[in-house]
Amino acid sequence: MSEIPMKRHTMIAWMEDKPGVLNRVAGLFRRRNFNIESLAVGHSETPGISRMTFVARGTDRDMRQIQTQLDKLINVVDIQDVTNEPVVMRELVLVKVQASNGNRSQVMQIVDIYRASIIDVDLDSMIVQIVGPEDRVESFVKLLSNFGIAEMVRTGRVAMVRGGKSEKQVQMETAVLGHSNGNQQ
Amino acid sequence: MSKMKTGGQIVWESLLKEGVEVVFGLPGGAILPAYDDLMKYEYPIHHVLVTHEQGAAHMADGYARATGRTGVCIATSGPGATNLITGLATAYMDSSPIVAITGQVPTSLLGRDGFQEADVQGVSLPVTKHNYLITDIKDLADAIKEAFYIAGTGRPGPVLVDICKDVLQASIEFEYPETVHLPGYRPNLNAPSEDSIARAAVLLNEAKKPLIVSGQGVSIARAEKELRQLAEKANIPVATSLLGIGTFPATHPLAISWGGMHGEAYTNYAMQDCDVMFAIGARLDDRLTGAFDTFAPNAKIIHVDLDPAEMGKNITIHTPVIGDALLTLKMLLPQVQPNEHPAWLAQIADWKSESTDRDIIAQETDELVAPYIMRQLWHATDEGDATVVSDVGQHQMWEAQYFHHTKRRSLLTSGGLGTMGYGLPAAIGAQMGLPDEEIWVVAGDGGFQMTMIELSTVMQERLPIKIAIINNGFLGMVRQWQDVFYNKRHAGTPLFNPDFVKLAEAYGIAAKSVTRKEDVYDAIKEAQAHDGPYLLDFQVEEFTNVYPMVAPGKSNADMIRRPMPNMEGEE
Repeated sequence: MSEIPMKRHTMIAWMEDKPGVLNRVAGLFRRRNFNIESLAVGHSETPGISRMTFVARGTDRDMRQIQTQLDKLINVVDIQDVTNEPVVMRELVLVKVQASNGNRSQVMQIVDIYRASIIDVDLDSMIVQIVGPEDRVESFVKLLSNFGIAEMVRTGRVAMVRGGKSEKQVQMETAVLGHSNGNQQ
Repeated sequence: MSKMKTGGQIVWESLLKEGVEVVFGLPGGAILPAYDDLMKYEYPIHHVLVTHEQGAAHMADGYARATGRTGVCIATSGPGATNLITGLATAYMDSSPIVAITGQVPTSLLGRDGFQEADVQGVSLPVTKHNYLITDIKDLADAIKEAFYIAGTGRPGPVLVDICKDVLQASIEFEYPETVHLPGYRPNLNAPSEDSIARAAVLLNEAKKPLIVSGQGVSIARAEKELRQLAEKANIPVATSLLGIGTFPATHPLAISWGGMHGEAYTNYAMQDCDVMFAIGARLDDRLTGAFDTFAPNAKIIHVDLDPAEMGKNITIHTPVIGDALLTLKMLLPQVQPNEHPAWLAQIADWKSESTDRDIIAQETDELVAPYIMRQLWHATDEGDATVVSDVGQHQMWEAQYFHHTKRRSLLTSGGLGTMGYGLPAAIGAQMGLPDEEIWVVAGDGGFQMTMIELSTVMQERLPIKIAIINNGFLGMVRQWQDVFYNKRHAGTPLFNPDFVKLAEAYGIAAKSVTRKEDVYDAIKEAQAHDGPYLLDFQVEEFTNVYPMVAPGKSNADMIRRPMPNMEGEE
């Protein structure tokens, strides 16, 4: 098994905004032993539909399983693997970094270089915020760790495909809004 | 008259709209308002009172498998609902359509650990196709409508609707919805792509050693006739999975039994040696395939399934065909050319005759053994004109090996979950759905005792179910594993059994114990002639094991065959 290449995939799932839906998704990840690196959920442009971006690691088989098993959840409206799409990926990170008179300016310089921002300053610490793609965020956090990180929170990555709406999205929206699947026995 | 209805009324009226005639349940505090409305308004739905809620779920399952219609079970909150779980998990694994309706504590007590409160939505989540917690009466009718729609369409499965007690008591203007709005559920898109059909046809037409492996999906799609047309048109032998038994008549010249851990040796040889496998409506689970990476090593596998998640889940697939079995066969049939495959069929016939000599003839003994009983049962039922509901264990394998099912849906058994205790309650459900059918329970002495309390349900409903207990005084299949893998140390497997005849009599059920081979057929005939239920306690030879056997994690090619006379435990 060890020779099968493990890859990282970014997927977007659209889900009905109903109680317990996140529990269903999380339960499925756990039960099927899926390896999830990051997960972020929020509203989408369609009322009643939440959008989840998640990054998973595994073989091609694992990825197909994640996609098809998730899609079977009744509340999951659609799911798309955007790994090979032209995609914009961002994550927001808040870091409370130790910074006093001695090194505050150094931290501020780094913040400047990374186009991050300072949100709050205290005598011996600062809260800084960075929004960016994964590699930039990672290297920023790594640099700050030299000063001592007191606290950190990351939102998890969110992703959006560049350009116009994908065909899949249009289909999904029609399904949600137009009652077009007209499920009737 | 006002259209205002209570939640309880809405439950029953919705069930009526769904064509439900019978429900299996047991009342309790949280579901009481619904029970009260059933009697108060005299809804024409027959309520079968069960002894334990697990039985209710299995009954709904048995009803569903026997009839193809969605079965309904009802329980109260807390322990009532958690008792359903084994039955829901059984139905989920075997894609059986059930709607379970459970009472829940009033919304004011939700989450406060109230009396008989359990998080039933949470507990049932991984073993249902979908579930609902209803805290507002305006959602009730929609949820029931959706529950039936989800349970019965696409790949069927159990759906649970948990309803708070105060919702059952509240009132609202009721109108049963005409449609459902489920944007994330599209079971109606189930025709396979033309392209996949064309590729499958080419593979089948070019195959030298083709094999069909038919699963329960064929029966769910009612595609048995088309399956037979395909097999006959191109002379392709047909093996089945355990749950696929009955999708192709076992007595047909092209039938080659069922494969897997305890499948016939020749079936496994054929699966391992075929060059194109057409697996339709079967999950290809580990009990069928043996070690995944050794399964059918020479075959290009065409996998037909409605559920895209089954494609490549366990086995590497050459040609996936995602679609309904019936539509697939209908599209495929005109593209498949007539064919003969004489060399392949001759090879299989050779294997079959070796298997027969080795596994069946070598089995002949003067002692009372289950294979003999299953053959006699088959003869006594006009060669299989009955529905058999088996439990789980050795007897289940012998039933499947020696009772040659020729009718569709004539074997109901817990394949995926392997739920001991399934047999008797599932048979009750089946008999409620098919009152005129001859129904036999075949159960081991261990599994039977898990749910034998439902004998009171048999009597209460006056059901003419016939029960054959294969009584070897052991948890036989577990004992067999101990024989093979644990150096015959029988930890926890010898049973101390009651006198099953007296037990049956205590319920008012006629019964007889059979200890000699020569009495088997007559005893079966007597049970059949008896007007009402009948229990036969077959006290069989204790140490007989099921062969062939594929050890878990091993290849189907490495079967443990039946030890030959004058041979010590040969492999």
